[in-house]
Amino acid sequence: MEIDPFIFRFSIFILSIFIGYYVVWSVTPSLHTPLMSVTNAISSVIIVGAIVASLSGNNENLFNLSNILGLIAIILAAINIFGGFLVTQRMLQMYKKKKKDK
Amino acid sequence: MSANLSAIFYLISGVLFILALKGLSSPKTSRQGNVFGIIGMIIAIVVTILSVGNFSTGLIYVLMFLLLGGAIGAFIAFKIPMTAMPELVAGFHSLVGLAAVFVAISAFLKPEVFNLGMPGNIKIVSLIEMSIGASIGAITFSGSVIAFLKLQGIMSGSPITFKGQHFINALIGISIIVLIYYLCVTQLPNLFWLIILLSFLIGLLLIIPIGGADMPVVISMLNSYSGWAAAGIGFTLENTALIITGALVGSSGAILSYIMCKGMNRSFFNVILGGWGGADKTLDTKNSEQRPVKSGNAEDAAFLMKNASSIIIVPGYGMAVAQAQHSLKEMVDTLKNNGIKVAYAIHPVAGRMPGHMNVLLAEANVPYDEVFELEEINNDFANCDVVFVIGANDVTNPIAKTDPQSPIYGMPVLDVEKSKSVLFAKRSLSPGYAGIDNELFYRDNTLMLFADAKKMTEDIIKNL
Repeated sequence: MEIDPFIFRFSIFILSIFIGYYVVWSVTPSLHTPLMSVTNAISSVIIVGAIVASLSGNNENLFNLSNILGLIAIILAAINIFGGFLVTQRMLQMYKKKKKDK
Repeated sequence: MSANLSAIFYLISGVLFILALKGLSSPKTSRQGNVFGIIGMIIAIVVTILSVGNFSTGLIYVLMFLLLGGAIGAFIAFKIPMTAMPELVAGFHSLVGLAAVFVAISAFLKPEVFNLGMPGNIKIVSLIEMSIGASIGAITFSGSVIAFLKLQGIMSGSPITFKGQHFINALIGISIIVLIYYLCVTQLPNLFWLIILLSFLIGLLLIIPIGGADMPVVISMLNSYSGWAAAGIGFTLENTALIITGALVGSSGAILSYIMCKGMNRSFFNVILGGWGGADKTLDTKNSEQRPVKSGNAEDAAFLMKNASSIIIVPGYGMAVAQAQHSLKEMVDTLKNNGIKVAYAIHPVAGRMPGHMNVLLAEANVPYDEVFELEEINNDFANCDVVFVIGANDVTNPIAKTDPQSPIYGMPVLDVEKSKSVLFAKRSLSPGYAGIDNELFYRDNTLMLFADAKKMTEDIIKNL
């Protein structure tokens, strides 16, 4: 019997939870704020769904509701991606400066 | 681009995201980790555009909106003051949540685009996945908006409670599950809208009763939710990068919530089901109003510090509010020039989000090897001459160790009372967020410095 592809994805999901569990416990507490901002940025990979949604139409009906929602989601996710990574970089930069000072 | 090839690229970007989190295990590798994260994101976006393969005018709009959002994001990232990080993170969570909702709606309206069936005849599994994704996304959105408003001070930080709250929440929660079941049976769009609407509502209701000081837990929890929402959408879109990322973020937020709860010795449900500082708050504060305290000024504080050989600094939310981190660093530099040993002690729940104090101290150029976590430094208080508590309160309260009746009993606290003398920079004698009096204020070796944290620190520098 064929295994449903859903089961494969579900396996990836469960294993990723375990990876996340062990990786996050190894994060040093002083970097918990950058951890939050970077997880924020990477969870915006949801933008891939938004891109598919906004490119779904052909040229004649470019602006049906589905496409418009996709485009709005692109803006929201892009704010997060750029904002999240850049603010993380800015924070981590401060941890670096200190090291040089010493 | 073939589906298999793009799936491999999505896997690569998932792995890069894992490495991004792994990098944060030490400040040295953290920046490299962030770069991995950025590369992973670029791969995911480029692969998606190539695999859709629709290079029509639509693509121009996609790129335009991408850059528009990017410009807004970059602007915020550079302008935001470090003290506003909790608000920023809450705001960002709300955007992820809303994006998840929009993507789910879009998939519901045009399932054929995502290979999920036809409108009115969507595959049951996909329908469940997108309902869960949309629902958690909506909860993340409205919950984060409330958290943002509370952190910004636009909305009162005190818990807002009303009768039957938990009952209503439970009722809405059950309704959402029942509606998802009927949606699968009937495929009626109206049920889908209702699910989303109720999810927005429950997000509001869940966060409204939680007090401002429980925000570290709330923000971590919403962080976790935004991950689960992304994973739900990932299942709908059959996208590995999204599933891996969702699982990573979801477990990351869950662990942070756990750490924060442990830092307050409360169960997760205890935090969610309504905050401290509720009805019994007034009782505790009344019976100890008139006790004498020793209060001093900057001159006294400077005198004590100058004659000390080791000092430990305990920062709290008050330091963030007063933006006192830079003057604090200046004060410490002056002390160090006089040959005094100085260290910083940080309680897990100091501030309004995990690691809040560490970032502020980092901003003020405090070397991270001078900053210690509770377990690392707690034994050193006994050998220290002066503790300077700046804007912290409950996390130093010895009552947590002695009085089983106290709401904070069992919470791990910094043993500041063991040092020879304690300086409290605080605006007033008012109790902290737990609504209980701090025993330390009335001790003989405690000196209260009633002033704004920043102003007090500056005055101490003048007197050193």
